[in-house]
Amino acid sequence: MASPSVSADPDALTLGQVLRHPTIFIGVAIMAVMIIGALLAPWLGTVDPQSLSPLRRLKPPSAEAWFGGDMVGRDVFSRTLYGGRVSLMVGLSVATISIFLGLIVGLLAGFVGWVDGIVMRVMDGLMAIPSILLAVALIALTGASVGNVILAITVSEVPRVSRLVRSTVLSLKERPFVEAAIVVGTPFHALLTRHILPNTMGPLLVQGSYIFASAVLTEAALSFIGAGTPPEIPSWGNMISEGRLVFQIAPHMVFFPGVALALTVLAVNMIGDGLRDVLDPNYRAR
Amino acid sequence: MLSYALRRLLAIIPVMVVVALVVFSLLYFSPGDPALVLAGETATPEEIARIREALGLDRPYLVRLTEWSLGILHGDFGDSIFFGRSVAELMAQRAMPTLWLSLLAMIFALVLALPLGIIAAWQVGRAPDRLAMGFAVVGYSLPVFVLGYLLIFAFSVWLGWLPVQGYKPPSDGLWPFLSHLILPALTLGVVYAALIARITRSAMLDVLRQDYMRTARAKGLGLWPMLLRHALKNAAIPIMTIVGIGFGSVISGVVVTETVFNIPGIGRLTVDAILRRDYPVIQGVVLVLSGVYVLINLVVDLSYGLFDPRIKY
Repeated sequence: MASPSVSADPDALTLGQVLRHPTIFIGVAIMAVMIIGALLAPWLGTVDPQSLSPLRRLKPPSAEAWFGGDMVGRDVFSRTLYGGRVSLMVGLSVATISIFLGLIVGLLAGFVGWVDGIVMRVMDGLMAIPSILLAVALIALTGASVGNVILAITVSEVPRVSRLVRSTVLSLKERPFVEAAIVVGTPFHALLTRHILPNTMGPLLVQGSYIFASAVLTEAALSFIGAGTPPEIPSWGNMISEGRLVFQIAPHMVFFPGVALALTVLAVNMIGDGLRDVLDPNYRAR
Repeated sequence: MLSYALRRLLAIIPVMVVVALVVFSLLYFSPGDPALVLAGETATPEEIARIREALGLDRPYLVRLTEWSLGILHGDFGDSIFFGRSVAELMAQRAMPTLWLSLLAMIFALVLALPLGIIAAWQVGRAPDRLAMGFAVVGYSLPVFVLGYLLIFAFSVWLGWLPVQGYKPPSDGLWPFLSHLILPALTLGVVYAALIARITRSAMLDVLRQDYMRTARAKGLGLWPMLLRHALKNAAIPIMTIVGIGFGSVISGVVVTETVFNIPGIGRLTVDAILRRDYPVIQGVVLVLSGVYVLINLVVDLSYGLFDPRIKY
């Protein structure tokens, strides 16, 4: 279980090495397209995603409207690009915040005995609630907004991260190099930054990409069932939800946001799988 | 075994207490006045007062918590604000379609995932492995509702083989019942299958590297008896574990799948309750489905002994 860690490590991976892994490369390439599409949406031949045009109503894809029009005549191409902003922002925010909070909770639980007992019971309870349901319960009360969606999904992801960090810390504490560091009187902050954190980063990075993917999926599912991003903001889940009513006559309304969503999640999962391969020599040996 | 089972059953209690506390406290600690949110923007002060009273928002936290918990211990989850009927009754009414759907999805997932995982492990690194794992990562990434619409479009709209949406109880005849459930079960089962296939592959790989597998082959055991009787049985525990944990994705998926296919089950009840902000129903559903999830994982834990007689309790 030698995870590449400290910079002095001769096995340390360079970015180039990581990108050469085919799965990661494809994943990063798809993500790059998605990020560019979302960030540069105003300059990529789009119109105002909210502007209505009766001529576009339910029109199939054409040279004027590449992805067709929706049932009130908005441009599906523009909405798909702008919708990516919500998905990517939710994915990134949830992954960052839940890794950060999970790291704190996990470290506390791993190092402080009495915290472990209490906090982990609470985390077990939170983990027993299927994530969409927990998010649904939260949002039904706080009202639909992108911020609340991020909050709700984060609440259900934090327990998983803290579990991972806790178990990594507990197993690291038994390892000779950590025991040795403690014996020679390494101050706690040095122990943490030099030995514990670097060895937690690998698994966390992998977990972070899976969280990103699952947050994007959950946001879309929440928006789809009407408990997510408010309807005035275009998001892939919203678009699919609107499209479902006219699915049989205008399948493009579901198809394009659906493909964008599936590709994004696929790309992030591929990056996660690839990182897991690269970071775990045991896995690669198989 | 019996005492172990009892101890595990007791260990569920603290977990469910936390779940119940979370579900209940959400209502209490959420910012703003839940009654205002629940009533909507056009509500009159009387309506708001009625909702506040129905939810008991005018009374202290501990009193409400005690009453609510006592009620649940008696199977009383409160009354739906929208229907004015008991939540327990509503859930019981909607349970069957959901039960059939998740059961069928589970069967489908296992029938698909086990062979895929076994073949991938046997052919590790070769084309069948890559295909199976490619399926797994795609299956894992396809949103349930996107897959649902793709399937409806292909099999119902385009080919016209299966009904588009709806649900028929088994009492309407076997084919009407099944034909309405095939696509939803497939939709729901794919994510689950992807999870199981990945774990089956890695668990089988661990077993196939053991010395006794070489011995089994050396003594002339056929390929399939070896893979199934020797390898799969020893790989069963991680597979069972993911079947339990992955059931969470089925529960989450049910909510979406029932919306796509218009099935009047628990998931549909949940979505309707959200749209109507019918909070007692949401609380009840979240609590019951979490309980089901925890119980299923308990059953999985207890089943380890069946697969591995070395495990003693």
